[in-house]
Parts: sequence; structure tokens; C-alpha cells
Amino acid sequence: MKKPNIAALLLLMALAMSGMWAAADELQDASALFKQGNNAQALDKVNSYLANHPKDAKARFLLGLIYTEQNKPAEAIKVFTALTEDYPELPEPYNNLAVLFAAQGQYDKAKIALEAAIRTHPSYAIAHENLGDIYAKLATQAYDKALQLDKTNTTAQTKLELIKELFPGSPRAAKVTAKQETAKTDTVAAVTPSTPEPKKAKTDDAAKESRPAATGDNTQDVLNTVNAWAQAWSKGDVAAYLAFYSQDFKTPNGESREAWEKSRKERISKSMSIQVSVIDPKVTLSDATHAKASFKQDYRSNTLKSTTAKTLRLVKSGDKWLIETEQAGR
Amino acid sequence: MMHKLAYGAVLSLTLGLASSVSSMNDHALQAAVARAPQEPEALLVNSLLEISRNRLDMAMVEIDNAIKANPNFRLAHLIKGDLLLAHTRPINTIGDVPNAPPQRIMELREEAKARLQRRSQNQPLDYIPKYLLQMHPGQHYAIVVDVSLSTLYLYQNLNGEPRYVTDYYISSGKNGAVKLKEGDQRTPLGVYFVTADLPKSQLSDFYGVGAYPISYPNEWDRQHGRNGHGIWLHGTPSDTYSRPPHSSNGCVVLTNQDLTTLGKTLQIGLTPVIITEHVEWVSHETWRAQRNALASQIENWRRDWENRDTEAYLHFYAKNFNANGQTLAQWANQKRRVNGTKAWIKIDISNVSMFLYPGYVNLAVVNFDQDYSSSNLSTRMKKRQYWINENNHWKIIYEGAA
Repeated sequence: MKKPNIAALLLLMALAMSGMWAAADELQDASALFKQGNNAQALDKVNSYLANHPKDAKARFLLGLIYTEQNKPAEAIKVFTALTEDYPELPEPYNNLAVLFAAQGQYDKAKIALEAAIRTHPSYAIAHENLGDIYAKLATQAYDKALQLDKTNTTAQTKLELIKELFPGSPRAAKVTAKQETAKTDTVAAVTPSTPEPKKAKTDDAAKESRPAATGDNTQDVLNTVNAWAQAWSKGDVAAYLAFYSQDFKTPNGESREAWEKSRKERISKSMSIQVSVIDPKVTLSDATHAKASFKQDYRSNTLKSTTAKTLRLVKSGDKWLIETEQAGR
Repeated sequence: MMHKLAYGAVLSLTLGLASSVSSMNDHALQAAVARAPQEPEALLVNSLLEISRNRLDMAMVEIDNAIKANPNFRLAHLIKGDLLLAHTRPINTIGDVPNAPPQRIMELREEAKARLQRRSQNQPLDYIPKYLLQMHPGQHYAIVVDVSLSTLYLYQNLNGEPRYVTDYYISSGKNGAVKLKEGDQRTPLGVYFVTADLPKSQLSDFYGVGAYPISYPNEWDRQHGRNGHGIWLHGTPSDTYSRPPHSSNGCVVLTNQDLTTLGKTLQIGLTPVIITEHVEWVSHETWRAQRNALASQIENWRRDWENRDTEAYLHFYAKNFNANGQTLAQWANQKRRVNGTKAWIKIDISNVSMFLYPGYVNLAVVNFDQDYSSSNLSTRMKKRQYWINENNHWKIIYEGAA
């Protein structure tokens, strides 16, 4: 592992100290609003903070994230590019720049940005992973040209992992890597808190038992259901996956059940390998037949990688828990 | 950024090319590269060689240059895909594409093999394809196609000696060589001549920048019942740089840039196109001896005819002689009758060309201008003869107007 760059350390310490100033509350608010998905208000706050602290890396980083979430890639690219110019030793802006370029199908630019991120931090795991995806994507493009395969609309499918926080909890950027890695190792264990051998969740045997038997413990049943749902999804077993949704399931965009099932089917069967993990699930029972499960959903496929917060509302029908609503956020 | 250098070795080993690469000495390597070093093929072969040496970064530079030289070079894109993917997982074979159409992958692998094999051959500077016995002074160039090597050799007539100019990658018939009949998608083997120049404006995009029909079926093909038509040298559709080694309906297909260059050397009705399965190479000494042996027989034939020594003259004709249905007996009767009426005959032959026929040890195609004058008749004609060597004597087995 490379020793942290001294200049970067100094800078980061300075940034951390700036966090102690009163105005930092405004930035924390902005960050909290952003995490709640309230992008418009977050934008107002961060802009007002930036009016007094135009060079603040953390605030500008947040601004880039808000623009990204608001689907304003040109603005976001501008913000992250400026950050790489002012703070070339920070790998995160490079990574996010790469994510934005990749989303636009500009894989060569994405590759250059990720290589820059890795140059600054050779052990930066996410950048390595994203770079691997970029290579795979570029390879696919090359193969398509070689074989004259007609693949339309593939660019939209690539989504790399966006870094959501600049040095969270610590002024040392190097720790970002470490922290992310820890989060990842935790993931496996967290998938199935009830199972002693978490790896087993991935095997076929476990998948066969994907429909959990009622244990009488509602919380545990909901947990098992959520894990089984993730497994059916991971296996690409569309029928089993769709069976987790109640007849009254509220489709996310108000489309017909049929249209929604069709789009899910397409999406799931299109990906060659899907791995969906449920991380840090929290189950709240509002009564004996209604439950809310919130968790981090770690989704990896051949084309897309994302970690998002997710909330499922489930209703008990007979001895089964079925999904009534599915929402991003916790 | 190269994490997985070992994949380079895997790649080259599984190309099935490793042996041909490692058997190339440095001299041959330099020769391979020195020959038109900026050609897309040279750059591609360089990239494959770099892969075999496990220098993936250099391999990427070369393959990018190959793609820059021709953006429609599909094989180069395939290699590039492998090089990129080698960053993320082991590459087990050339074109390690999941769920790819197997036929296309196989064709591109064949092209890789053919191009590497071609480039690993030394330039034929000390040897001559045995077929080019003699070009006549007006024939500036000759073409020899080696179907098994996917290669077209261009020879220049330099004061009567064939001199190697260059060679090109070509594609030939889907079903291989020895065309027999219409639609068999095979490339004919034999001695042919360029018969026309079809400009791009008269062709569909499939034929690329142009086409040069050749004289298949020739007299020998017809006598052997071989039919079909429309065997051309032609270019490549605009959406691809090259086609797989065995992909045509019998035509000889070049890249557009090569066909354009080659086209400048072709003379309609004159330039020979000799297509063979494997080129047989001979030394200059052997070539000269073979040329002189046939040339002196032709001269003897001319002299005996001029001397009205009809029986000696007829001795030059093979038992199986056949001139457009005329048998040896019919031919002999006619010659005895005609020659008997002459007080004198004078025969001049000029612009003699002699080409050995591929696939035979003893067959030659001879063309010349014949200036015949006699006491009661004079004619000038272009003549074509097929000579066959029977028991060490060259004899005529076909004779007619060219």
C-alpha cells in the first residue's frame, strides 16, 4: 500500500478542521437532505455554503453528487473535473467523473479518469473494480465491431459505482478505501444474518429452500422472505422472483402489473450474472400482518453495479409474506 | 495497469500460433515487419507477436495502430477485445467472446492464422514460382495465387526474368480449390488471364473498389467438363477491411487498398493469373533449364513446319491431341493435305509466353503471335497451345486461336 501523500494529508486535515466551523452545519444539513433524497433543498443549502466557501472540496463534491442524482451529467462533470484540477491527489472525483463518462458511453474518457484515480491511490479498490468494468465494456465494443453484432442500446446499461462520500468520518482519504473494503467484507456476513454459513446462501441447495417456511417468528420470516427474494433475483429465476410480489403490489411508475412484469423479466433475463445482496436489514412490524424491511441493496450484474437503500413493505398472506411496495431509500 | 500478464502467454499458446511464432528467427521477424511495415496486417501481426512475448501494453499500441490504419479491420478489433478483457479475466483463446456466433469467431481465427503464417514466410527472393517460365516482352506483370497460404504474389517482368514485387492477403472459395462446376463455391486452379476491368460504378458494394474477371473456364477446363463463370479478382465491401481466408464463391478477394494498387499493374487480355493450391518454387538455374527445354521444342516445331517436313512436324502432337473436337488423325490429314499444296511456307512466331500449369508436372500453356506466309496464303493470328511432356518430350495436346 502506498504511503499517504503528505500534501493530501495536510489538505485533508485542513478540510476536516474547516468542518468544525459553525457554517459546517449548513453543509451537514445539505448532506443529510441529499441522503434523504431531497435534492432540491440539498442543492440550495450547498450553494449557499459554497457562496462563503467556494473552494471547499467536500461541498463541491456534494454538489457534483446532487447534479448526478438530478440527472444533470454536464454540470456534474464540470464540478468533478474542477475538483480533479484543484485537488489532483483525491481519487474520488476521478472515480465519479469516470462513472459519469461511462454512463454516457465515453469509456475511453472513463478509463483515463480511473487510471488517474488509481495513480493517486494504487490500492483504491472501487476504482480498480470500475476500471475492470470499463475494460469489459470496451472489450464488448471491440468484439461487437469484430463480429458485427448488432447491439443496440447497450450504453445505458453501464453504471459503475459512484462514490457518495468524500473521506467519511475521517480526514484521511486512504481510509476511504479501507472503509469500503470493510463494508464489503461485512456484506457477505450481513446477507443472511440467520444463517450460520453465509456463503451457503449462494449455493443451489439454499436456493431450493428459497421459499421459507413459517417459523412463527414474524420478524425472522420477513427476513427470510427478503433474503429469498434477493436469491431468486440473483438466480435470474423470474417466476420465483415475481411470486414474491403481492397481487396488490404498487408498481413503481403506476404502470400495469403486466407491463411491470414484462420489464422486470426483460431486465433480469438480460443480465448474464446477477448478484443481489441484502445488507443491514431492519425489519419493523406495524402489526401481525404488515411489515417494513429496510436494507442496503447491493446489486451487481455484468453491466451494472449499485448499492442503494431500499424499503420493502410486505403483507402477510396465509403463511407467506408478499411485497406490496418497493421503494428506493430507507 | 497490466495486472494479469500471464494472460498474454495463455493467449498466444491457445492461438495455436505459438509454434509458428517461436519458429520464426529474428531475421524472419524483421523481414515480416520490414515488408510494408505500416500495412494493417503488419501491425496486426506485430501485435500478435507482442502477445506471444507477453508484452500486452505494446500489443495494445500495435493493435490500436492497426485499427487506426483501417477502422474496419474486424480481426484487429477482436484482438483488441481480448487484450482489454485480459485486464479482467483470463483469456483462453483468441476471440474469447461469450455467446458469440461460432462461425464468425472461427473465420476470424482462421484469418489470424493465415495472416501470421503469411508473414512468417520469407520473401521469395532467391526462388521463382515454377509456373512463370516465360513472359513475353509486353507482359509487364504476372500474378501467382497460393490458395493454401491465402496469398497473391505479384511478379514483374524484368528483362525476361520474373522479379518478386510484393504479395497480398487474399480470400478464396468457401469450399476450397479445384472448381468443377457452376455454384460449387470453389476457386479454379489453372493458368488464366485478366479479361476485363469492371469499374466500381458498374458493381455493387459487395465487390468493393473494382473487379477484374479472369478467363475461367479456359480451354483445358472446357475439355475436362469444368463449367461455371464469373471468377474475378475483386475488392471488399465497404463495411469490412478484409474477408476470412475461405469465404468467397470462388473469386479471389483482396482488400480494397490492395486491389487498387494491384489494379495499376494489370493489363487486360495480357496479365496472367496463375492459381495454385501450393506454389512450387524453383531456383533460377532450374527455371532457366526448364524454359530452354520447352522453348527449343517450340522452335523445332516451328522449323519443321516451315520446312514442310510434315511427318516430323506431326511428331510434335500428342496422341490425345484435341483442338476443339478435332482429333490427331483429322488434324494430321488436314495438315498433310494443306502442306502438300505449298511451294514454300514461312513461319514467324513472336511474343512467346510459356506458363507451366499448376497441379500438373508436365503441362504448359504457350501463347504467341504467329505470322504465317506461304506460296498461296498468309495469315497473322494469336495462337494458344497446351504442351504436355510425355516421356521427356514436349508435345502439343491442344492448339487454337487465343
